[in-house]
Amino acid sequence: MNLFARRSDVLPGFNLALGFTLLYLSLIVLIPLSAVFIKTASLTWEAFWTTVTGSRVLASYRLSFGASLIAAVLNATFGLLVAWVLVRYEFPGKRLVDALVDLPFALPTAVAGIALTAVYAENGWIGQWFAAVGVKVAFTPLGILVAMTFIGLPFVVRTVQPVLEDIEHELEEAAACLGADRLQTFRRVILPAIAPALATGFALAFARAVGEYGSIIFIAGNMPMVSEITPLLIIAKLEQYDYVGATAIASVMLVFSFVLLLLVNLLQGWSQRRRAG
Amino acid sequence: MLHQLLFIPLAAVLLGAGAAGAETTLLNVSYDVARELYKDYNVVFAKHWKQVSGETVTINQSHGGSSSQAMAVVNGLEADVVSMNQSNDIDLIATRGNLLPTDWQKRLPNSSAPYTSTQVFLVRRGNPKGIRDWDDLVKPGVQVIIPNPKITGNGRYTYLAAWGAVLKKGGSEAQARDFVTRLFKNVPILDSGGRAATNTFIQRKIGDVLVTFENEVLLIKKEIGGDQFDVVYPSISILAEPPVAVIDKVVDKRGTRRQAQAYLEYLYSEEGQEVAARHYYRPRSDKVLRAHAADFPPLKLFTVNEIFAGWQNAQKVHFADGGLFDQIYVKQ
Repeated sequence: MNLFARRSDVLPGFNLALGFTLLYLSLIVLIPLSAVFIKTASLTWEAFWTTVTGSRVLASYRLSFGASLIAAVLNATFGLLVAWVLVRYEFPGKRLVDALVDLPFALPTAVAGIALTAVYAENGWIGQWFAAVGVKVAFTPLGILVAMTFIGLPFVVRTVQPVLEDIEHELEEAAACLGADRLQTFRRVILPAIAPALATGFALAFARAVGEYGSIIFIAGNMPMVSEITPLLIIAKLEQYDYVGATAIASVMLVFSFVLLLLVNLLQGWSQRRRAG
Repeated sequence: MLHQLLFIPLAAVLLGAGAAGAETTLLNVSYDVARELYKDYNVVFAKHWKQVSGETVTINQSHGGSSSQAMAVVNGLEADVVSMNQSNDIDLIATRGNLLPTDWQKRLPNSSAPYTSTQVFLVRRGNPKGIRDWDDLVKPGVQVIIPNPKITGNGRYTYLAAWGAVLKKGGSEAQARDFVTRLFKNVPILDSGGRAATNTFIQRKIGDVLVTFENEVLLIKKEIGGDQFDVVYPSISILAEPPVAVIDKVVDKRGTRRQAQAYLEYLYSEEGQEVAARHYYRPRSDKVLRAHAADFPPLKLFTVNEIFAGWQNAQKVHFADGGLFDQIYVKQ
């Protein structure tokens, strides 16, 4: 058991727990995902390459990953603000606002898509104001961004909120006493403490946006080369019963997402070590 | 002796109960917009079956995108019968799943399509853009709403209708290709389903004309839109034939062949045709069609087999990746 260096714990059960974890992860995540790669492997390398680098497919990667990144940045910024308000201030209806944050989790994605489209279309409540200044939201890549931001909101708020709650107020007072101005206090004291949680929220929001299909499909307009997300191309492949082609694109998405998520995790680990060290 | 005396009535009771209470369930795996049609038809058939056989039959429905439903059947969803919106979905169940013979279309009248529909136009009241026929759809400044042919049977039928209309008027293949290219340049949104396209046209008020199934158009006109829209019948269109089939492997395993067969055959009866007509599908029966003549004006129609040598071929040439439809958007 030297392979797994560990402290002796008060509670027993390491072997059982690890075994269960591996089995559980295999059943729920690894085996289904490896099926994607096994199915893809039935393609020759050339066929795989032509499938995953078609001009429409490339355009869809740019849109899916690009819009997801922007949506995740927006969510990180404004999600932090929402979390801050929820933690630091008392105001009437706070519980209500707190509950509202989770709604994008609960709403069926198709309902979200139809609702967002209704509101952001040119004759919608919000869309008409954008239309007045010549900006089309629904049925453009901008609409996709709106849907991705909507579904990603809870991730950042819910990861940052508990950490913010744990930060001791005294730290900020101490910083102020030592002569830090407000910006310095935020940058030097608060931000480092919440950075890991913020990064996690960012990564989750990003991953969710990349994989989203149900809500985006209603607001996207789905024009080839312009507003086709990658999951739509996968569905189009499935419609032709081209299951191998669909899994080929899916495997590219998976690898790409995995690398990005790993990067975020590494960055997070690195920043924590730097702070500790 | 006493035993025998007791046994006979007991057996009779048991048998009687068995016959009366024999409850069969059938699963009809179907496509999305046929939900209401089959909801009504199931009630009608169950009543009919009770009368002729004394058996109680309960029909369960499963609805979803046509292709994904077909794949679910291949992958083991136990459908006694399937009802799809184009024949290549059932071909798939025959070829990939080997669940029924490949000549399934010959087993019921009218290529196993008990009712039909066609692609027609819905325009805004008064027809402000003056849309009368296919040619008007490619005029500059006309916005046409058609669901995405890559992922919907509805969109595929419209694309093929436009293509075939050019050929039927004496145009060449090259002219047909040019026509559908210009047509799809006028489509601002490629919705992910027939209902989504309806929603875009009616609720979002986008587009000058919606091209969709006649049954959808009549449903909108009669039950949603009222007087806000006008129906326009083009000079020629495509015959949409939603096929049905018994899934042999499943009914043999479950012992439901008799009921499943009757379920589909009764679709062709006067009562079954009446239900179809009530849901705005064109009945095959002349008598029922005449009774609903106001809903279904006569129209010149061509079939997919006639112009495109069958659905499988149409799929390969037009809608497969890199096919003619893709080339409208991506120069190869």
